[in-house]
Amino acid sequence: MRVGLFVPCYIDQFYPDVAIATLELLEAQGISPIIPSAPTCCGQPMANTGCVSAAKPLAEQFVAAFADCDYVVCPSGSCTAMIRHHYGNLVGDNAVRERTFELCEFFVDVLKATPMPAAFNYKVGLHQSCHGLRELGLGSPSELRRTTPNKVHNLLADIPGIDFVELSRPDECCGFGGTFAVAEEAVSVMMGCDRLDDHIAAGAEVMVSADMSCLMHLDGLARRQQCRLATMHVAQVLAGRQPRFRTTQLEVTAK
Amino acid sequence: MNHATAAKKFVTNYERAHWHDASLWFVRSKRDKATEVIPEWEQLRETASQIKRHTLAHLTDYLEQFTREAESRGVVVHWAVDAKEHNEIVAELLAERGMTRLVKSKSMLTEECHLNDFLTERGVEVIDTDLGERIVQLRRETPSHIVLPAIHLKRQDVGQTFHEYLDAPPGLDSPDELTELARHHLREKLLAAEAGLTGVNFGIAETGGIVICTNEGNADLGTALPKLHIASMGIEKLIPKTEHLSVFLRLLARSATGQPITSYSSHFQGPRPDGELHIILVDNGRTNLMASTEFHRALNCIRCGACLNTCPVYRRSGGHSYHATVAGPIGSVLGPAQDPKQHHSLPFACTLCGSCTDVCPVKIPLHHQLLAFRSQLAEQKLVSAPKRWGMSVASTIMRRPWLFALTGRMARFSLRWLPRFITHSWPNTWAQKRELPDAPKQSFRGWLADRPNDDNRNVDNGKQK
Repeated sequence: MRVGLFVPCYIDQFYPDVAIATLELLEAQGISPIIPSAPTCCGQPMANTGCVSAAKPLAEQFVAAFADCDYVVCPSGSCTAMIRHHYGNLVGDNAVRERTFELCEFFVDVLKATPMPAAFNYKVGLHQSCHGLRELGLGSPSELRRTTPNKVHNLLADIPGIDFVELSRPDECCGFGGTFAVAEEAVSVMMGCDRLDDHIAAGAEVMVSADMSCLMHLDGLARRQQCRLATMHVAQVLAGRQPRFRTTQLEVTAK
Repeated sequence: MNHATAAKKFVTNYERAHWHDASLWFVRSKRDKATEVIPEWEQLRETASQIKRHTLAHLTDYLEQFTREAESRGVVVHWAVDAKEHNEIVAELLAERGMTRLVKSKSMLTEECHLNDFLTERGVEVIDTDLGERIVQLRRETPSHIVLPAIHLKRQDVGQTFHEYLDAPPGLDSPDELTELARHHLREKLLAAEAGLTGVNFGIAETGGIVICTNEGNADLGTALPKLHIASMGIEKLIPKTEHLSVFLRLLARSATGQPITSYSSHFQGPRPDGELHIILVDNGRTNLMASTEFHRALNCIRCGACLNTCPVYRRSGGHSYHATVAGPIGSVLGPAQDPKQHHSLPFACTLCGSCTDVCPVKIPLHHQLLAFRSQLAEQKLVSAPKRWGMSVASTIMRRPWLFALTGRMARFSLRWLPRFITHSWPNTWAQKRELPDAPKQSFRGWLADRPNDDNRNVDNGKQK
């Protein structure tokens, strides 16, 4: 089985440990993925801004780089959704987009395996990224009257010690939205703060998501507000990492 | 005005923005409960979507059938190509009969046509009889929501409005008293009206009949008393048969407010024996929308407002921030379809979360349409130049792994060493209320290159290096 690993641009630069954790998870399953140097980005920032011609060359690079892979794995629901749903328009119909899987999907649907991490003794709030949930169908969105098992939740649920908290709005958008976060800063920040409040009120200590881009926004807000809420990518939790609480000293001063 | 600017103003009143969000989330939650009891909900949505798509694909035939059937029942059918023609038809119908007092039940189409101003300028007294619409009309505002026109107002605001315009005592804020006051005021206007104008929720091609759904019964009173009934109807409101109503009536109120059905679903089959019924079929850009392969499904819309209630941006920015007749996700499609120059910011007032698409009872792929609109707007250069150039520069960098690595390294280095007052200063909108991510010393690909005992697996275009 020839597996490609696509590491999105912002994970490569700002969250290398998410990619390393992803690689560890795959290697633990006996997979040595191909990691091409290009593409560095799936083209979503450009496509979502309407700049299709700027996104197209990146999509073409992606399809060429992974053309002879049986599967492509990506630790981001949002990038996977871009590839699966929008590459058809950008580069024409191609097999690569159908063979590209978000990490949790890949474990549940393709490998049918569960990583076996050490204990994770924390209260966890699961942040469902919209693109993972509604575009890829990683679970059942609260709007739809159907029950599909939640792949992210179920992978995590096997970890000893993990304790999920119940949120009042389990799948509301965090307000990141790519360039929206800057173009509509006021609404974006309010949406993010509302998500944080929901998780904190539910007693979450760690917010876990399959999309690091949502977490980049939420973590940025949490740190500015000095909330005691760590954020982790699902790959990190599955690979046995433990959370880092960065505001402990601030908490002490608050007391 | 740009949506982001107007939204920021709304959000600045944080407490009120949260109140607005909570009010609409309550409606969305009611919708969820009302749909949970229908096991075939998703099938119902699919059926409705297919009926609408079928009807729109055969719209000419159904419009002809509808007109024929309606005329055979004594209805006078008019055709209006745009808002101006529609308004002129209404004005003429009133002028011919020497009528100057018109009561209206809720009609987003007449809002779209700006009928009220048109008639008022010509000496006609127009009274909106839907309570929410009457409140915003008194305040000289536009509806901020297509189903809940005054949802942006608190009862204290309503009390103040009634005090200013209806001589209510100051400080009135009990819903019972306010409603009672409105009831007396509207009753007076309804009794004095010479003509009644309504919107149309569904036109049935098979029978030539129209159906109007309200909760207040104002459409019934507004058409039962005056001799002249004018119904303004967008051409997309047709359904082929009466039996199809069973699908749409089950979907409409559940999606809109979480009620199993609206309090009144009134059927009009031709005029009353002593009265007149005129139906105005309005295009106003609808055929253009129908011709568009990307956006024609927006014509499925039954104006339930579910996409507004669920939209996390709408809930926090308020309907008026859209500066369009219809706010929220569906308005962000319809607005730029009518006038891309004026409404170009609306498709960007969206995180592409997709909740609108999933609540839509007629399955309009709303967030995909908003995304599609963005590329149309970029093509028309209606996306700001810095944004377009920025994306083109980003693409140039991302296409070259060495340049991407270099840019990334420089960015991370600056982030680590530059003082905070520079990295988090005002031109950086991101960092006004958010921290920037930590900048690691090494990128993932840098780490991979240094990884010991490793074949490096760095390949270019599928070939091992």
